[in-house]
Amino acid sequence: MTACSIHIKNAHLAYKQQVLFSDLTFEIAGGQWTAVLGPSGVGKSTLIKMITGHVQHYKDCQVEANITTSDGQPLEGRIAYMGQSDLLMPWLSVLDNVLLGERLRANGRQAKTKAKALLEEVGLGKHVHERPHALSGGMRQRVALARTLMEARPIVLMDEPFSALDAITRLRLQDLFMQTLKGKTVLLITHDPLEALRMCHQVFVMSGKPAKINEGIKPPGEPLRALDDDAILHLQGALLSHLTQGEET
Amino acid sequence: MMLLRGVSALVILVVLWQCVVSLFQLPPYILPGPILVFHAFASQFPLIAQQSLPTITEALLGFSLALIIGCLAALVMALFRPLGLWLMPLLIISQAIPTFAIAPILVLWLGYGVASKIITTMIMLFFPITSACFDGLRATNLEWLLLGKTMGGNKWRLLWHIRLPAALPRLASGIRVAAVMAPMGAVVGEWVGSSKGLGYLMLNANARMEIDMMFAALIAIIAFALILYFSVDALLKRYIPWQ
Repeated sequence: MTACSIHIKNAHLAYKQQVLFSDLTFEIAGGQWTAVLGPSGVGKSTLIKMITGHVQHYKDCQVEANITTSDGQPLEGRIAYMGQSDLLMPWLSVLDNVLLGERLRANGRQAKTKAKALLEEVGLGKHVHERPHALSGGMRQRVALARTLMEARPIVLMDEPFSALDAITRLRLQDLFMQTLKGKTVLLITHDPLEALRMCHQVFVMSGKPAKINEGIKPPGEPLRALDDDAILHLQGALLSHLTQGEET
Repeated sequence: MMLLRGVSALVILVVLWQCVVSLFQLPPYILPGPILVFHAFASQFPLIAQQSLPTITEALLGFSLALIIGCLAALVMALFRPLGLWLMPLLIISQAIPTFAIAPILVLWLGYGVASKIITTMIMLFFPITSACFDGLRATNLEWLLLGKTMGGNKWRLLWHIRLPAALPRLASGIRVAAVMAPMGAVVGEWVGSSKGLGYLMLNANARMEIDMMFAALIAIIAFALILYFSVDALLKRYIPWQ
């Protein structure tokens, strides 16, 4: 499966009669990392759930959007999703959590070898039989990453996957995610400008009520960028002032 | 710690019981003291043990049947919403009818044997199980379900791999309640019409004004309810450790 681009045109979403965003148009570039940045409550998570189709299952949610892909194929079956929380099933072992998708699709048992290899890759080879409650927050996120990789989907949508982690673990996991998701079309939802600038090829900002999205910026150089780079720090300042203005309007 | 608290509460209760009997000079045919009851329990132990066997059998079979029917009813209601809307009022009506009123009819239909007691027990127990299981199935974390859908799971596979395991902790609460009620269900069935069991033993003792024997049978019923509850609780904790 190739990594296609996703085009979102004139997206409008209202929840309980309140318009969260309208006329949202932007593109998630194929094979690259795209960030959507914005303050809490602006509708970033709802945006990602609109792309996955999850909002259709919410009550009182009205959505209109034209979502197309560069290859003209539907998104269904090509998306791997990582939520804000790790969404690990507490009754399953680490290995079985990674194998959840295979079980749900009733695929063969040969996937076990691949799942174990992925867990080795994310540094959890010794924890395959443990239950999620026995793991730290960072370890749980790594299991969620292994589960996402196990899906082998060309599009990965991630909703603040690092927000609950301490600074050191966050940096380590960002490196790991970048390395393992190379070549995929990735949408990263975050409220951290520095995280977006460090990891992504392009950064969009969502702000205001109802929320609008800006034209997007392309930070210089390639991800993973140095955190003390002057250009990145300058852009961080600009993004923060953009976000602050958005909050005030 | 829980055992210590339980034993302490029991000792306090027995002491209070003896105090009430001594203070009010109550005759044994009104309220026998604990010593008299324990004496009746010890001296009649073979008889109580013999009569416990049918009660335990009825309670366990009724409990198992309630578990199966309760879970099936919950599954039907959760999976087939329109059917569930019709089924729920019927289930509530079934619980509004006093068991003592329906038990004689069951004896009439099913006879004096074990069957009527098992059904009485089942009627008393299945609702807490159905209700808990249904709540558990309805309360599945929507994010888990949506993740499962994104992964390509169909309705039945989502049920098996996500909804059912997620419902187990709530179902466990219903099962615990049912476990405590199970001996009571069997005894109610026996009170209405039987030729054996602890309920039958109590009825006979009551007719002969052997109140100490009645209390001795009660102790056996309580002991059985406690054993069943703690066994079920231990099993649930072992097999549903994420609750």
